[in-house]
Amino acid sequence: MPEPTQAERPQSDRPQTDRAMIEIRSVTRSYGAFKALDDATLTIREGEFFSLLGPSGCGKTTLLRMIAGFDNPTSGSISVGGQSMEGIPANRRPTNMVFQSYAIFPHLNVEQNVAYGLKRLKLGVTEEKRRVEEALAQVSLTGLGKRLATELSGGQRQRVALARALVMRPKVLLLDEPLSALDKKLREQMQVELRRLQQAVGITFVLVTHDQYEALAMSDRIAVMFGGKIAQVASPKEIYQRPVNRQVADFLGGMNFVKAEIVEENAASLVVDTLGFGRVRTDKPKAFVRNGGGATLGIRPERLRVLWDNATAKFEVAGKVVERHYFGEITHLIVEIPGLEKPLSVTETNDFGADDIPVGTPIRLAYDPEALVAMAD
Amino acid sequence: MTAAAEGTPAFGMTRARRNALLQSESVQGFALISPTFVYALILLVLPILVVLAHSFWTQHYLDIDHTFTLENYRIALTEPIYRDLLWRSLYISLTVSFFTVILAYPIAYFISFHGGRHKSLWLFLITIPFWTSYLLRVMSWKVILGYNGVLNSGLMGLGIIDEPSTALLYNSSAVIITLTHAWAAFAILPIFVSLEKVDRTLVEAATDLGDGPLRSFLRVTLPLSAPGVISAALIVMIPTVGDYVTPKLVGGKDGVMIANAIQAQFGKASNWPLGAALSVTTMLVVSLMAGATVLIIRALQRLAR
Amino acid sequence: MTAMRRLFAGGWLTAYAFLYIVFLYLPVIFLPIFSINTAPTPKFPLTGYTLKWYEDLPKTPALLDAAWNSLIVGVSASVLATLLGILAARSITRYRYPGRRTINGLIMAPLVLPEIILAISMLLVMLQLGLSLSLFTVVLGHVLICIPYSMTVLTAGFEGFDRSLEEASADLGESAFGTFRRVTLPMVAPAIISSLLVCFTISLDEFVIAFFLTGTETTLPIYIWGQLRFAAKLPGVLALGTLLLVASFVLMTVAEVLRRRAARRTQNEGGLYA
Repeated sequence: MPEPTQAERPQSDRPQTDRAMIEIRSVTRSYGAFKALDDATLTIREGEFFSLLGPSGCGKTTLLRMIAGFDNPTSGSISVGGQSMEGIPANRRPTNMVFQSYAIFPHLNVEQNVAYGLKRLKLGVTEEKRRVEEALAQVSLTGLGKRLATELSGGQRQRVALARALVMRPKVLLLDEPLSALDKKLREQMQVELRRLQQAVGITFVLVTHDQYEALAMSDRIAVMFGGKIAQVASPKEIYQRPVNRQVADFLGGMNFVKAEIVEENAASLVVDTLGFGRVRTDKPKAFVRNGGGATLGIRPERLRVLWDNATAKFEVAGKVVERHYFGEITHLIVEIPGLEKPLSVTETNDFGADDIPVGTPIRLAYDPEALVAMAD
Repeated sequence: MTAAAEGTPAFGMTRARRNALLQSESVQGFALISPTFVYALILLVLPILVVLAHSFWTQHYLDIDHTFTLENYRIALTEPIYRDLLWRSLYISLTVSFFTVILAYPIAYFISFHGGRHKSLWLFLITIPFWTSYLLRVMSWKVILGYNGVLNSGLMGLGIIDEPSTALLYNSSAVIITLTHAWAAFAILPIFVSLEKVDRTLVEAATDLGDGPLRSFLRVTLPLSAPGVISAALIVMIPTVGDYVTPKLVGGKDGVMIANAIQAQFGKASNWPLGAALSVTTMLVVSLMAGATVLIIRALQRLAR
Repeated sequence: MTAMRRLFAGGWLTAYAFLYIVFLYLPVIFLPIFSINTAPTPKFPLTGYTLKWYEDLPKTPALLDAAWNSLIVGVSASVLATLLGILAARSITRYRYPGRRTINGLIMAPLVLPEIILAISMLLVMLQLGLSLSLFTVVLGHVLICIPYSMTVLTAGFEGFDRSLEEASADLGESAFGTFRRVTLPMVAPAIISSLLVCFTISLDEFVIAFFLTGTETTLPIYIWGQLRFAAKLPGVLALGTLLLVASFVLMTVAEVLRRRAARRTQNEGGLYA
């Protein structure tokens, strides 16, 4: 059984404070009868890299835009840095945004774009220039200040958008799907850079994304959203390993679901009976609400391990390979288990020859009961 | 999405603020457009209403009798001279819109499908003559078709005819040629726009399913560009029915159109109510003709399937 | 290869396109040709080259008056129509409100109504309102028919405008007015100038409405109309017409270049998604 501290451990090594930077209290945003955001409550801490993750239309962008001041809650309140944002227009909020389209001013060059917000602060020529240079250096654009926006690549535009927001030294940097317009390789490179940049400047970052890997790779904490509601707020590891429901589990990657009967329930744990895995004792999720006698057990495909030859494990299930899909470094095996209504999906690295297992082969799978997670039906 | 806010009752303050914001979006937009809107109301809607009112009144020398009467419409519809002028105007505008559309379609198709990188250059080349003075363009046709004009002198110089032909100028044909030339660009643009919207993969799909170039054009491209053909036909038909300059300059006695009669009522004849009734009648009849054209093109579009 | 095939496929269409261009331009070309011909009647063969018809133009006071009037009307109408066009185009492209389409349709209506109907109906109202006919009434009429063109040019310029640019400006601390001055205006300036040029050209060339709504003053097209009655004056009219053609051509080319520049700017913003 996993100790709770493991799931709570922050991913970043930079010390964070526990002080709240953004407080969202019962925020609802409705358009007529449609609720884009439904009673969302959330605290984002100072200095953390926080992601709002969900499919399109889940309300994540609406929430981000309300923090920025481009939209207003129908009800509820938002405060940033302890100050209520009610009635404060976007141009007077301590937040800055990196837009999905980057919104680089096409009639200005890189320097003028970055200096756009500074002009109003009347810093004087030298100070302004120094801050622009500093911001350009932060995003590795030194020397490109005179380029026109139209002469930049997608990645460079993104950096300009970042520099333009960072140069304002906001309390919170808001990023609206900033990597979605980039190709895969550049996207992965920018994920690392963004993370590094956030650690260096120590500003609270709030990222909106629909890409679960992006959120997992970059964030200290993630809020998963569906249909205008926040489903779960936790660290990437906990979100991935201990999803509160099937929807969250599914959205964050492959998961095998197994029907279970609740045998015993107490404050901290559950004992369930399954056909494939037998009787299992597992942690009870915080948000678990019993719905009749049933529950669902989930296990990630990579937490099932093929047992070669005569190897044995304390916990194992036996079945037969019915499909095999080759993915280069890994192979997906679909394994039928007697008694389970759906076959299990197993991810195996190819170093032991999983890519050569013929379809129809009887097979045994090892698992760690701690990898089994219970979810309400 | 309408701006009707259905806030939750518990949040009176925020809900009121939200309502005000939603309202202000509409209010701001309306406030911004209102000067232009009011301008159009005063110089377009009000004038048309005044014309409508006049058409039911009677001219008595210098005064206007404001008693309601349909006499002007009786004159406009039954007097042979006005009836003939109206028919001729309709005939001319229908013919002109038919020819402009027929001649414009291949050009629009060419630019859209074969224009390549030079699409906008072609469009520019085709629209530029349209931006020169209408009066001057009509005048140049007078120069071309006149008794001592370019065509006659050119044909004589080539020995094709012995003496100048009088058949070229001062008749309905001269009016039709001139108007067809003058409205060419107006017909090309809407057709081009609708052709641009035709998804090219649809044509490929038709080819893939066994249609040859002609069949895929007739079954896919042409029906899909019908909206452009409709707006091209209307955008030419309605204004040309009331054309004044062309019949006056190149129409002669046989090419006079209803606009010349309307002008006469406001000028020499000084019978405003009759002029107003003629205007209203013209607009109504051309609207009917435009409606019929739309129905016919739609019916043809359905046949193509 | 592809280019070859495309050219081949479009072979007869290409030929037709060139013929069509000739059909469009040929009549217009005769004006300049005969304006430098010595013979007073426009017929072939050409008799000789002369510039005297042009030299006579500045010696005609009535023509100079008409040119001055046209300039005044053109400038006033283009400025007013563009101002009203900016308001309307901004409202149409930026806001959503009930009745938006209807209002837009009404503003665009003069584009498709017969000019004679517009002219006589405005004439009636102006006389009813007790306005005496003058260049001012001509300006009022020209503004009405220029607004649709102004709207077309401006909405195209405003529409490609990425709304997040204005949001970015607000996000960086700029006020609504500052955003308009530093972002919106520079972005749409080419479209505005383009609209001014288009409206000026339309007003400069417009005849029917000016003819009905003017008092004793004449504009250039009205002057030309008056001269057309006299066969002997034709070469002078051809020379004047040629100058007007050149003016329209130059103005529209500049307008087109500006329009494309505006389009390229906004397209670049949107091009990210491509």
